[in-house]
Amino acid sequence: MKENLYNYILGIADNSLILGQRMGELCGHGPSLETDIACTNISLDLFGQVRSYFQYAAKIAGDGRTEDDIAMLRKEREYKNVLLVEQPNTDFAFTIGRQFLFDVYHLVFLAELQKSTDLTLSAIAKKCIKEVSYHERFSSDWVKRLGDGTDESRQKMQQAINGLWTYTDELFHQTDADKAMVEEGIGVDVTKLKESYSNIVSELLEAATLEVPESKWFQKGGKEGVHTEHLGYLLSDLQYMQRAYPNMEW
Amino acid sequence: MSTKNWPLWEIFVRSKNGLEHRHCGSLHASDADMALENARDVYTRRNEGVSIWVVESKNITASNPENNGELFEPAQDKVYRHPTFYNLPDEVKHM
Repeated sequence: MKENLYNYILGIADNSLILGQRMGELCGHGPSLETDIACTNISLDLFGQVRSYFQYAAKIAGDGRTEDDIAMLRKEREYKNVLLVEQPNTDFAFTIGRQFLFDVYHLVFLAELQKSTDLTLSAIAKKCIKEVSYHERFSSDWVKRLGDGTDESRQKMQQAINGLWTYTDELFHQTDADKAMVEEGIGVDVTKLKESYSNIVSELLEAATLEVPESKWFQKGGKEGVHTEHLGYLLSDLQYMQRAYPNMEW
Repeated sequence: MSTKNWPLWEIFVRSKNGLEHRHCGSLHASDADMALENARDVYTRRNEGVSIWVVESKNITASNPENNGELFEPAQDKVYRHPTFYNLPDEVKHM
């Protein structure tokens, strides 16, 4: 089995899986009917995307595990998503802030992944990028509306950005699998995405009359499987049916 | 927390080129841009459309149902006004 490629795909897929689950939690709980539908649409887009990744991972693993087994039946430490996407839906500003800080990354990342020498990954990236462009438009618009809105909405949006900022640097950390895949021309060198990411984010925050946080201390660990306390609860929801009724089918 | 409601918008979707926009429902949004985005999410996620119009509901002037008699009934008893005596070829669609 191509260990590095397998781990590399999981790294990408887990971000979308966990963020998809977070957005899915808002089904029936969004602040208005329209935003509720928008958030769950984003969730469904992300789940659609992860199927392609996990199918590919299952093929590479070649040990009889299906896409579902890989997606649903790993333990907490085996998930490789960044800490940012597992943060809870504290309020709508946090939901939008988390989505925005990830979407900007996701978009610049997929733009590069399209150039991968691995044809499956480049095809998946091409398919995903249209959806993700829409996600980024949606979340950017909302950051601007809330930042540039009332005193209360501005304060909440700023609070969310400040609270989530510490998780942004991890997006640009490289794992061993990352480094190996970059060398083979398959993976994206995320360290090179940081500059354009910072520019896009700063520009939008300014347009939203928000301050770019100055903190220089950042959290890390998700990519290595060391998560915040929130992931365990999320997984117990996500995995409940398969854990309670092993091998159940719909 | 502010509980003020957003204004209501009427949504019109053109399902394919060559057809007219049809009213498909309404939704809440704070302005026209948001109404378009919301309409995209609420009404066109299953391939329903190629174009969307949004109109704030307050800008629509509607006829009063009480006046239906004088407005619509006179047309009903004049058969010569109804183009029902032609056979339309099958090739002519959407008439």
